[in-house]
Amino acid sequence: MTVPPAGTEPGRARVEYLERGTYRQRRYRDALRILPLFATVLFFLPLFWQWDGLPGVRPSIVIIYLFGLWLVLIGLTALISWLIRFEEPESGRPSGAAGAPEE
Amino acid sequence: MISFNLLIVVSLVYVAFLFLVAFAAERRAKRDRGQWLRNPLVYTLSLSIYCTAWTFYGAVGYAARSGFEYLTIYLGPTIVMIGWWLILRKLVRIGKTQRITSVADLISSRFGKSTALGVLVTVLAVVGTTPYIALQLQSVTQSLAVFAAAPGTGWDVTDFDGAAVWIAIGLAVFTLIFGTRNLDVNERHHGVVMAVAVEAVVKLCALVAVGIFVVWGMAGGVGEMLQRIDASAIAEWQPVPHRWVGLIFLSGAALLTLPRMFQVMVVENADEKHLATASWAFPLYVLTMSLFVVPIAVTGMDLLPEGSNPDLFVLTVPLATGNQGLAILSFLGGFSSATSMVIVATIALATMVSNHIIAPVWLSSTQKGAALSGDVRGVIVMSRRISIGVILALGYLYFRLSGGGAALASIGLVSFAGVVQVLPAMIAGIFWRGANRNGAGTGVVIGFAIWAWTLFLPSFGAGAVLSEAVMAEGPFGWGWLRPYALFGIAGLDPVVHTVFWSMLFNTAAVVTLSVLTFPNPMERLQGAQFVNVFENSAGARTWAQSAARAEDLLIMAQRIIGHAEAQEMFRQEAGAQGIDGYLPEVTPELIGRLERMLAGSVGAATAHAMVGQLTGSAAVSVEDLIAVADETAQIVEYSNRLEAKSAEQERTARALREANEKLTAISIQKDAFLSQISHELRTPMTSIRSFSEILREGEVDAEARARFAGIIHQESTRLTRLLDDLLDLSYLENGQVKLDLGQGRLADVLDRAVMAAGVSGDRLVLHRDTPREAVLIETDLERLTQVFINLIANAAKYCDADRPELTIRVLSDSETCQVDFIDNGTPLEADAQVLIFEKFSRLADESKAGGAGLGLAICRQIMESLGGGISYLPGQGGPAFRVTLRQGARMAAQ
Repeated sequence: MTVPPAGTEPGRARVEYLERGTYRQRRYRDALRILPLFATVLFFLPLFWQWDGLPGVRPSIVIIYLFGLWLVLIGLTALISWLIRFEEPESGRPSGAAGAPEE
Repeated sequence: MISFNLLIVVSLVYVAFLFLVAFAAERRAKRDRGQWLRNPLVYTLSLSIYCTAWTFYGAVGYAARSGFEYLTIYLGPTIVMIGWWLILRKLVRIGKTQRITSVADLISSRFGKSTALGVLVTVLAVVGTTPYIALQLQSVTQSLAVFAAAPGTGWDVTDFDGAAVWIAIGLAVFTLIFGTRNLDVNERHHGVVMAVAVEAVVKLCALVAVGIFVVWGMAGGVGEMLQRIDASAIAEWQPVPHRWVGLIFLSGAALLTLPRMFQVMVVENADEKHLATASWAFPLYVLTMSLFVVPIAVTGMDLLPEGSNPDLFVLTVPLATGNQGLAILSFLGGFSSATSMVIVATIALATMVSNHIIAPVWLSSTQKGAALSGDVRGVIVMSRRISIGVILALGYLYFRLSGGGAALASIGLVSFAGVVQVLPAMIAGIFWRGANRNGAGTGVVIGFAIWAWTLFLPSFGAGAVLSEAVMAEGPFGWGWLRPYALFGIAGLDPVVHTVFWSMLFNTAAVVTLSVLTFPNPMERLQGAQFVNVFENSAGARTWAQSAARAEDLLIMAQRIIGHAEAQEMFRQEAGAQGIDGYLPEVTPELIGRLERMLAGSVGAATAHAMVGQLTGSAAVSVEDLIAVADETAQIVEYSNRLEAKSAEQERTARALREANEKLTAISIQKDAFLSQISHELRTPMTSIRSFSEILREGEVDAEARARFAGIIHQESTRLTRLLDDLLDLSYLENGQVKLDLGQGRLADVLDRAVMAAGVSGDRLVLHRDTPREAVLIETDLERLTQVFINLIANAAKYCDADRPELTIRVLSDSETCQVDFIDNGTPLEADAQVLIFEKFSRLADESKAGGAGLGLAICRQIMESLGGGISYLPGQGGPAFRVTLRQGARMAAQ
């Protein structure tokens, strides 16, 4: 069976421009998607520190950095998760039917 | 010192309390259908079974040995939870819509409900988790031993391995009671979840209490604590990059694939929205769990003598400082961590074992029909109970056989590395429709094999399963197969080494085989359902997984083979069973017949799947299938409509083009006609005007006047005839002519025409075939006569032979009647043969003709309006015209 490409389904127009609230919701979701990437990069950051120098890296610094970052990430996730509305259909259409446009 | 008996009593009271909590939750759930338990807090707390006794006790030991590396075990899951919108939400949605009961079920369902894959993943999970269960048993016995070892208790430390039996039995009883009480559609265990949530609070409180005691009670505050940490051995720690990265990946992946995590996160999930809370609350929980790990480790290293087991600092630090209440709380925390993990893991594994191994075996060993009888439930509950017993027994056995020594300590990561072999199949399964069973199965097998060879078997200790020679030299001396240095890469930590190679080959197998092989229809259907779960399901559906009802079958059949046919079939079936109406009893025969009937419409595999959904364990709901079928039908219909439309448009365009061409041609014709007609009118008008002017001058003699008047009369007659002809032609062309149909003999018509043409015998000799002219025809006889007159007159006028002759030949059979007029003049040129029927076309010079050249054009119009035709007949030795009468114009000869 041939499925028409997204956006050309029968009777379903691809939504190109959204009203403000919906647009904002999409961006919150984008933020949630990208957050783990930043989390990963920042959690890998200690690998680039200067561990061998004479003063070295004190464990207290490690604790403050890692747990601080951790708390910030938790806070951001809580904020965005709180802002996200579940009610809005995934595809931006009333029925939540097939073919979700990204924007 | 704490009396050991007191500890036992406290433990028993705690266990009784947990039983009460579980019972209360079950009762409450029964009363209000679990609404009360459906809250994000309980969900988040139940996720905390990620933190087992291994983390409760082991994290401190880990920190004492490897510094901050213990954090990787929590950072991985934090990243996954933070990114819940990407993976977890999809997993949970799939779990709900497809009613997934375990990791094995997810993989098996996704790849076409493959029994083999289900078995494979189940075996992997059991092999990977059993040592982990053993680890929990060990931690509880070790913690008991700590108390027993204290002077004055009078217990022999060596007895405590035996205590593990009782712990295992106790856990089995709890799990049996709350894990298999109800064979719920959704596999939700309210009692267990509630008990786990309570235990989560207990273990968090215990660890935080010890942490607070250490930081504020002993060190004297945060600043002092940080100074002590900076001064401790942990200051020497440096991250090992590949371990740091590899373990964060491993723990993140394990969060998704550990059977127990899947159980609480996906299967027991009551509402997707709870994920939004858990996404930050669970990381917060593990952050709190790990916050005091380093302080406790540092304090333990400072306080306790060299050689103390750092894994037990959580217990021994309070004990050594005389805080017995804290020690008991800490013990209960560890106990909670261990028991909750074992209970949930056992339930998850038992579900897998009974659904994917015992049930299929039982169903195939019993005869057909058993699947539809009522005792299936009993069999499944029983198989689940047996599985729980077997799994706990396996855990205990592993604990005893491995000797419970230090070898167990590393089993946490070994177990993680084993279960994450499901990850490539899982991720590909939910994000890539192209992933198929061959790829997933091969990937899991390869990953499992690499894990077993490079990590699991060596974890028993050198010389236990793999000999030291094999470890050092590789099997048969093949150095590239050394378990800790595959392909000669020896620089990696064993766990990371295993994760790297197994994930690499596992993923490569999934991708390569999926690209190269074809999935079966069921796999493709399931693939679409899984990958497009957000598009196909508006929300979680509740479809009672009951036995097939005749009505459901009828609804489905109507969708596929049409209402009338389906109703007729069901009515007949009901009639055959002696039931009135359209709803027969659902029998295997009925299902078989229905399936065959559906197969005619949708293919055997799909029909089997569809009927299977209604009659057996449903992974794809009927609504989903109907949704897919509807969607397909819509697309097909739309495509057909589009095709029809485009064909129609093409036809319209062609018609328009033709019409345009015709209009252009007609316009040209009209111009030509106008110029010709003005020419035709002008010639006689010129003579009339000239001669009338001469007559008006009056200076002509009588003879000339008579001649001129004759010319004027002749020309005006010609004009009149021309105008008559034009009028006639116009009427004919517009179809305005009214036909006066009548019957007559062809011979009579010809006679009249010959007479009217005024052909004298010396001018034109006529040859007629009188007998054949005796044909009765039905047509407009006057008009036909007009045509014949024209043809005879033309022959008389234009025939250039010395002795002009005209042959009139009649050809008639039962169908048609043709009359040929052949004279003996010069035949027409090929182009003239066509031109001759056009208006104003004259071949000979004008003077001789004396007409306007409209004769044959009028003839053609007449014959066309009579339903026949006139054409030039070449090859007759002279100009020949054939008049064809309309079919049926000839009547039976009288």
